Amino acid sequence: MLKGRVWKFGDDVDTDVIIPAKYLRSVDQTVWPKHVLEGLDPSFSLKVKLGDIIVAGKNFGCGSSREQAALAIKWAGVAAVIAESFARIFFRNAINNGLPLIECRGISKLVEEGEVIAVDLDRGEVRTNNGMLRSVPLPPFLQEIVNSGGLVEYYKARKKVH
Amino acid sequence: MHVQKKATIVELVGLSSYSLYRKFLNLTTQICEGRRFLMAMTISEKILARASGRDRVEPGEYVVGKIDLAMIHDLTGPLTLNVLKEVGYDRPWDTDRVVIILDHQVPANSTVTAALHKQLREYAKKYGLKNYHDVGRQGVCHQILAESYVKPGMLVVGADSHTCSLGALGAFATGIGSTEMASVFITGELWFRVPETIKFEITGKMEKGVSAKDLILKIIGTVGVDGARYCAAEFTGNGIANMSMDGRLTICNMAIEMGGKTGIMNPDRRTLDYTGVKAASVASDSDAEYMKVIGVDLEELEPQVAIPHSVDNVKLVSEAGEITADQVFIGSCTNGRLEDLEAAARILKGRKVSPGTRLVVIPASKKVYIEAEARGYIKIFMDADGVVCNPNCGPCLGGHMGILADGENCVSTSNRNFIGRMGSTSSKVYLVSPETAAATAIEGKLADPRKYFGGR
Repeated sequence: MLKGRVWKFGDDVDTDVIIPAKYLRSVDQTVWPKHVLEGLDPSFSLKVKLGDIIVAGKNFGCGSSREQAALAIKWAGVAAVIAESFARIFFRNAINNGLPLIECRGISKLVEEGEVIAVDLDRGEVRTNNGMLRSVPLPPFLQEIVNSGGLVEYYKARKKVH
Repeated sequence: MHVQKKATIVELVGLSSYSLYRKFLNLTTQICEGRRFLMAMTISEKILARASGRDRVEPGEYVVGKIDLAMIHDLTGPLTLNVLKEVGYDRPWDTDRVVIILDHQVPANSTVTAALHKQLREYAKKYGLKNYHDVGRQGVCHQILAESYVKPGMLVVGADSHTCSLGALGAFATGIGSTEMASVFITGELWFRVPETIKFEITGKMEKGVSAKDLILKIIGTVGVDGARYCAAEFTGNGIANMSMDGRLTICNMAIEMGGKTGIMNPDRRTLDYTGVKAASVASDSDAEYMKVIGVDLEELEPQVAIPHSVDNVKLVSEAGEITADQVFIGSCTNGRLEDLEAAARILKGRKVSPGTRLVVIPASKKVYIEAEARGYIKIFMDADGVVCNPNCGPCLGGHMGILADGENCVSTSNRNFIGRMGSTSSKVYLVSPETAAATAIEGKLADPRKYFGGR
């Protein structure tokens, strides 16, 4: 069970505003969380705290396949992203990098910015001040990757590749 | 120790999940058994079924497919190689099925980019990868894949969202992330959710000055940026049958801008000629099931423009109002092909770019550049006071070769107009066809190209 303070964003948050391409060139990966969501809120990286939760509208993470978008959010300390729906490649990248996410219809209308919500990833449940929402949890094999902390940790833990 | 050549799902999902997954599949098969010989399949379903060793697949199922071709480039590839290094195993499962293309910032524009290029170069050398495209031997990755690698029926993944372009050749091609590309490099397989398919039935003939880009902008403007989310967008009808391969690639290229997992077209004679294949074994059955069928009549199509900052914010060029152009960009994986350059050259021939406007033209590949040069298009652009750069992604994603300053407008043939996409967060990108871009360059403001073809 995760508990965290909510930051709200709208529909169609694209990967260019999550992390602009000019920072992708950097080999210093600590640069990415410093500029996370800069395109929508330049001070977001200063305000966001470890364990916070992003709540967004439909089609979160649309646009490019840049995995740095999921990493920037994860490394900024965000514990989970809950959205009405996710863009496909972002969805995959988040799972493969161990950034928990839940697709949860009705969430963006139910929660307020700054409120603390509780998320049960295994059951796909989100508890808010205004009630609980249920969504379909990830299939078991994807849950396992997220729980491992991402595909790399998953491989390492199982030593499948040596 | 090497990974087994024929890796199974076990490497990817672990034993316990695998048995669960098998049970799930058996159940699905039993349910489908009765309908098995009755239900037809789409081209996407057929390719995923073949790649996952199944007779048939249904939308919503998870399958693990064997990958026919995997592509990385200089922006997402280094991350894949870092992951492989961290995992401690970096030999690709099949050196012939891996393609590495430098295309985002070519030649290197900084010491950082140079280091990323060097990393890919050394990896290619280490494993003797013959499908490595270094500076001077390359172009925009999707164009190189179309020219030299992809064939109908293939299952193609690329660490780039516009990999969906290759569906124009009758392949199932989709963009993936860098980390999962590392798992493809190790196992040669990847999990897929079988997508629902939306069929776009395109009929009729476009008037002069209107082209494939206008069609796909019109479609995205209608269905929205998540209108095909997680779906395969299948384009069919006589409007596609009569369209060149260049135009078809433009259409499938932008399937991702409506959230599509891929854009795809059934291969025909033109596809076979383009790919050098004698016969194609895969196409949608005529009675295949679609989530939705959307018809578009080309007769009524007019030049379109996607207004910042969303690709579905589409208006008619004739109704968009006065939009000045500080820069015009003709190029990218959407519109940097020979037909695009030909359309722009036809309009720009004997004319000049407006004094207040900068024209940047970037052919999508070496092959396109050489042919455009031979046909005199490059000279036409230069004579018009445009600048022609070497094949690569250029300013499309704010890399180099035309970054925008605060408050500037770029009228562009590329595919995204997101905030800050081409530079300053206060700059604006307007997406148009090559015809509209050329007319705009001449007039210095967004212009309807039809008048250059004797139209309105």
